[in-house]
This record gives sequence, structure tokens and C-alpha cells, in this order.
Amino acid sequence: MDLAHRKPHPNYLAIWAYLFVLTIVEVAVAFLSHLPRNLLLLALVFLAVWKAALVALYFMHLRFEGNRLRILAAAPLPLAFILVLAVITEFRW
Amino acid sequence: MAHVAVMEPPAAAERGAGVYNEKLGMWIFLGSEVMFFTALIGSYIILRVGAPGPWAPPGVVLNIPVTAFNTFLLICSSVSMVKAFASIVDGDQQKLKFWLLATILCGATFVGIQVYEYAHLIHRGFLPSGIREGSELAELVARGTLPAATAGIYGSTFYTMTGFHGFHVTCGVICMIWVFFKALRGGYSATDYRGVEVIGLYWHFVDLVWIILFTIVYLV
Repeated sequence: MDLAHRKPHPNYLAIWAYLFVLTIVEVAVAFLSHLPRNLLLLALVFLAVWKAALVALYFMHLRFEGNRLRILAAAPLPLAFILVLAVITEFRW
Repeated sequence: MAHVAVMEPPAAAERGAGVYNEKLGMWIFLGSEVMFFTALIGSYIILRVGAPGPWAPPGVVLNIPVTAFNTFLLICSSVSMVKAFASIVDGDQQKLKFWLLATILCGATFVGIQVYEYAHLIHRGFLPSGIREGSELAELVARGTLPAATAGIYGSTFYTMTGFHGFHVTCGVICMIWVFFKALRGGYSATDYRGVEVIGLYWHFVDLVWIILFTIVYLV
């Protein structure tokens, strides 16, 4: 088995609490804040990416994996970004 | 006649990412899943940006408190899944079974709440094709609270994205039940916990996708 998993386990409950707080902040920002539309969008996407990164790094253990697996896991992300950005230009620019 | 060994590899097989085959296979599968959900989310963003009018404001059609609870439930299931993994790494069979069962229950409840949400939405008149005439939501359209022009795109994108996600959760629960029964028979140990880790990766990915979907579908 992978050597990475022989190390002490991360504090998973702390990550859970972190995600819980971020979800509450997210809902509060969406419904209680009076941010301008674009800033609100940016804040919500930032919070979602933050939460997703916590899940990937700690629950999926990417933080403790080797670089080759990290590259494999991250490889689709720029492609996903390019796919959306390339088509959205039809409407925005 | 000369023999040409066309199937001979140019070099000896070697370790790549430093992980076992099942885990590598799951990560490659998850890479394809990223592109699958990107296609769905990307289409949604593009359809929304290019929509012929304003989009429905958040909270008018969809029930945010119920979905926020469902999001919380899925996050809890991710924690129970990772606790199951940590338990078997430490060789604790009892805790493995307990946390796997907790994950199954959370996942099944998530799907149950989603089915309830769909039934409630359809009852209120929110269909994949738009707003049903004579329904509660049709009255909101008549009053101008809900834009009519984008209701069809809203319905189709909402049901497609959340439906495919729900399908993934359902598949995850079914696989998890299989892993649970294998765990009951003592199929995993501190030296071989591959099945638990691989289903865990899938489960966390499904949670991760929901985190993104919850934001862009329900909150924006």
C-alpha cells in the first residue's frame, strides 16, 4: 500500500467543521449580503472552489500523494477551463 | 523469413504514478468525469449567459434550505467515508463497518431528499420543459416575479445537471453497499484496503461536484 497512508491521519473532523462553516458563509453571502452582482458571483465561486479544494486535498488525499498523481488529477482542470472560456466568448466578447 | 516481434515493448514495464492499478484507474476515470461534468456545467453557463432574458432569481423556484441541508448531508457522508478509510488503514474492522453504514445512510438520504425535491418542484409546476400552465409557479410568471422566457432552459439545465449528479450518488450508494457486505465478510484489512480507498475517491468526487453545482445552480 502507499506509504503516504502510513502517516498519522489528518484531522478529518476539523476539515468537516471547516466545510460546514464555509457552506453557512456561502448561503449567508448569497442571501444576506448586498454585494454587486459580479462581486457576489466572484465571492461564491471562490468559496465553492475553496471547499472543493479542501475535499480534494484532504478527503481524496491529494495533499499527501506524489507529484505524478497530482498532475494526473489536475490535468483535466485547465482543459475544463479552456472549454468553458472558449465557448463563452461567443456571448461576452 | 525474418521474425519481427511487433508486440515487444520498447522498454521494461515500470512504476508510474506510484499507486496500485485500481487507484490509478479510478483517478483516470475521475479525469473523464471532470470533463463530463464540465460539459454539463459549461453548457449551463453558456446557455445562461446567452439566455434571451433574465434568469429566475435564486430561491424563487428552488428550496434553498432543504438543499443546503442536503449539501451538509453529503459533506457529512464524505467525512464518514474518509473515517471508514482511516479505520481500515488502522485495521479497525468494527469502525470500518460503522462508518461505511453511516456513509450509505447519508448517501441514500441525499437521494431520497432529491427525489422529494423533484416531486415537490413538479407539483409546483417546475418541469424540465418549463413552467406548467395553471400551476403555482405559473402565477408567479403572470405576476412578473418569475421570467417566462428562460423558464424552459432553466428547467432543462437544472434537471439534467442535478439528475446526472443524483444518478452518480445512486451508483455510489450501490457500490458502497457492495463494499459494506464485503467488509462484513472481513474482505478488507490494514494491508489490503483497495476497495475502500477506490470507492472513497469516487464518493468524494461526487461530493466535490455537488459543492460546485450547489453554488452555481442554487445560489447564483
